[in-house]
Amino acid sequence: MYFKRIAVAGALSLLASTSAYACEIGARVSIVGNEFPAIQTVGAAAQECKGGEVSTNLTADHQKINLAGMSGNPAEYTSAIVANSSIVALMNEDVIRPLDDLVAKHGAGLKKNQLITINGKVMAVAFMANAQHLVYRADVLEKAGVEAPKTYEDMLEAAKKIREMGIMENPVGGAYKAGWNLAQEFNNMYIGHGGEFFKPGSAEVSINNAQGVATLNMMKSLSEYMNPDFLTHDSNATNAEYRAGNVALMNMWGSRAATLSDAEGVSDEVKNGMAIAGPMTVAGGSTPATTLWWDGWTVAKNISDAEAEATFIALTNAIRPEILADEEVAKQAVWLIDGYEPTPAAVGVFDAASAGSTPYPMVPYQGLLHTALGAELSDFMLGKESAEQALADTEAAYTAAAKEKGFLN
Amino acid sequence: MKHKTFFWFFLPTGLAMLLFIAFPIVSVVIQSMYTPHDAVLITVENCGPFGCKQATTIDQEATASLRAAEPLGKFVGTEIFTDRGHLAFGEIGAAWRGSETMGVFFSSIYNLPFYRAMTFTLTFTFISVPLLIILGFIIALAVNSLNRHLKGVVIFFSLLPMIVAPLVGSLVLYWMVDSRGVLGTFIQYLANDPDLSMKASTPLTWVMIIVYGIWHSAPFAFVVFYAGLQTLPQDQMEAAQIDGASRWEQVRYVVIPHIMPLVTFVALIQLMDKFRVFEEIIGFNAEAHATSLSWMILNDLSGETQLLSSAAATSVMTLVGVAILLSPVLVRTWRDFQEKT
Repeated sequence: MYFKRIAVAGALSLLASTSAYACEIGARVSIVGNEFPAIQTVGAAAQECKGGEVSTNLTADHQKINLAGMSGNPAEYTSAIVANSSIVALMNEDVIRPLDDLVAKHGAGLKKNQLITINGKVMAVAFMANAQHLVYRADVLEKAGVEAPKTYEDMLEAAKKIREMGIMENPVGGAYKAGWNLAQEFNNMYIGHGGEFFKPGSAEVSINNAQGVATLNMMKSLSEYMNPDFLTHDSNATNAEYRAGNVALMNMWGSRAATLSDAEGVSDEVKNGMAIAGPMTVAGGSTPATTLWWDGWTVAKNISDAEAEATFIALTNAIRPEILADEEVAKQAVWLIDGYEPTPAAVGVFDAASAGSTPYPMVPYQGLLHTALGAELSDFMLGKESAEQALADTEAAYTAAAKEKGFLN
Repeated sequence: MKHKTFFWFFLPTGLAMLLFIAFPIVSVVIQSMYTPHDAVLITVENCGPFGCKQATTIDQEATASLRAAEPLGKFVGTEIFTDRGHLAFGEIGAAWRGSETMGVFFSSIYNLPFYRAMTFTLTFTFISVPLLIILGFIIALAVNSLNRHLKGVVIFFSLLPMIVAPLVGSLVLYWMVDSRGVLGTFIQYLANDPDLSMKASTPLTWVMIIVYGIWHSAPFAFVVFYAGLQTLPQDQMEAAQIDGASRWEQVRYVVIPHIMPLVTFVALIQLMDKFRVFEEIIGFNAEAHATSLSWMILNDLSGETQLLSSAAATSVMTLVGVAILLSPVLVRTWRDFQEKT
């Protein structure tokens, strides 16, 4: 068995090196993207190509520079690695090109569901999926005598019990930091309540309704079981609370769950007790209160065809199935690449996808609503105003922004 | 100096100021009066790893011709300045008509982003600037009366808060006041309330940021005042001592009048600086409790869809705000100058 595995690994790495050798490009490639491990892997693999210079700029601030770096002619970046939320900003400004001809020529190894098509044109190639889902402490829940929650109502029950039994003071964790994170939690919960963000077919927002109020009330109830500083906690801070053993239940990103307990100084209790499950539903709904995400790469519009072709070849090479032969790489994400076998850490994202979760909406004005929610909901969470007032404020802030951007008159 | 000589001396500086100060301001003002064109929206089918879905997108071909015709965008004049994200005239009018008491009226104004940001910014500016001047002056007096062997070391340590970058300094304090941090636990002990959290309370967050602002800028005031104290006329001090002035009276009637121009200078610089409060809000993760104009600009620019016109309008308003704040001091300096000549 052991020898067989070595032989397979050897054969695969041989395959990997031959195909890396086969990657020949004829022009410059320049990639901008986020910096988490899976994207680092893709960037490094693209740099294996010979024949042209391949440079990468992988940074958490990628969203602040990718649009500016692709707007010039010729563009500085020939490719931006984006997610389903951030591709919209590039689409809105028309800086990425359709890839149909390149897919026909060089994309034989890509699966159909990796191709992101908008109005029938392939605009991006996805390589990984992501979602927020339940991460919990199996040992703590067992001590409290409760099952892993399937709904947010169960989560509240469990949290109440854990607090009453004196096991933990604030058993619920959540990335509720005012701004992007808080708005994302609203999006999750609102989708779970069956809410629609906009009036059908228009940019007119409609969140000040019964579902919106129920969403905020559920978030408020959850926050009562969180660290009182929850409005300052992003995903990193929430993970730190979990690692320190202060949190038993949280809704966390799949891309962070795999490496959550690997950090230094995490007690064995937390390591062994960690468990992952699918996302929860809320208020008797059937759609999980979460959103599905993909990460993928695009090719700039304002570059020569030779550069576009080189970029496509290099990045297709970077996400070839052989990269999964490395066990560390296979663990980094829920890959959409052919031949990916889910690891135990991927179960949450897989459950999210199979339970019929909604992808994060790809409409041109969703980003404006996200920003408005992030700025206006904190007053409600602090108990300074009513849910209706917070939602009305959000709608007003969004409307002002959408008018400025020309989405509303 | 001859006018011609002065002209040639000043020319390089003048050109640099024009290029790096005047032109960007003109550009920002222009940008604040134009917005992107009306987007032509179409409904299309999007497909991806999670299936296909009908969604709205921008019709790029239709929008491209609009852009080519008017590359600057749509001219809107002062519309952005008066919208809800800024001066919000419409919302204030509605609040005035709809509120029964002044309390309701003010709370609905405080609900608007610009006025909320201004409330914090002005409170922060007008509390921290006088206090940091007083603190800096006290430190300067204390250091000045020290033995000269000790002075070097004490001056170095007094300057540390200013040397530390604001973002780093505020992060350090942020961790210390965490409910599980050193200061946070101490404050809980003092208040005898184990659930007290500085970060969860708006007034305590404001206090924390104000204290930080004083701590960070007092060394600046100290350095300036300390330099001023070195030029203190010794014969006046001796005369005051012979006349039997107490230490307080010496400070009140000799030292303070002597360094008064420096107080004006420090106030000027610090008013300008504190009005642009930004790193403190980011460092303390305080956006739920306290915002400022600079924070609003960041919020407009860091979203997935950037609001450039709105950010430009806020920048122009910051400039106007600084000008208004400085006008009393500037007018006074001008009058002093006129009297002397």
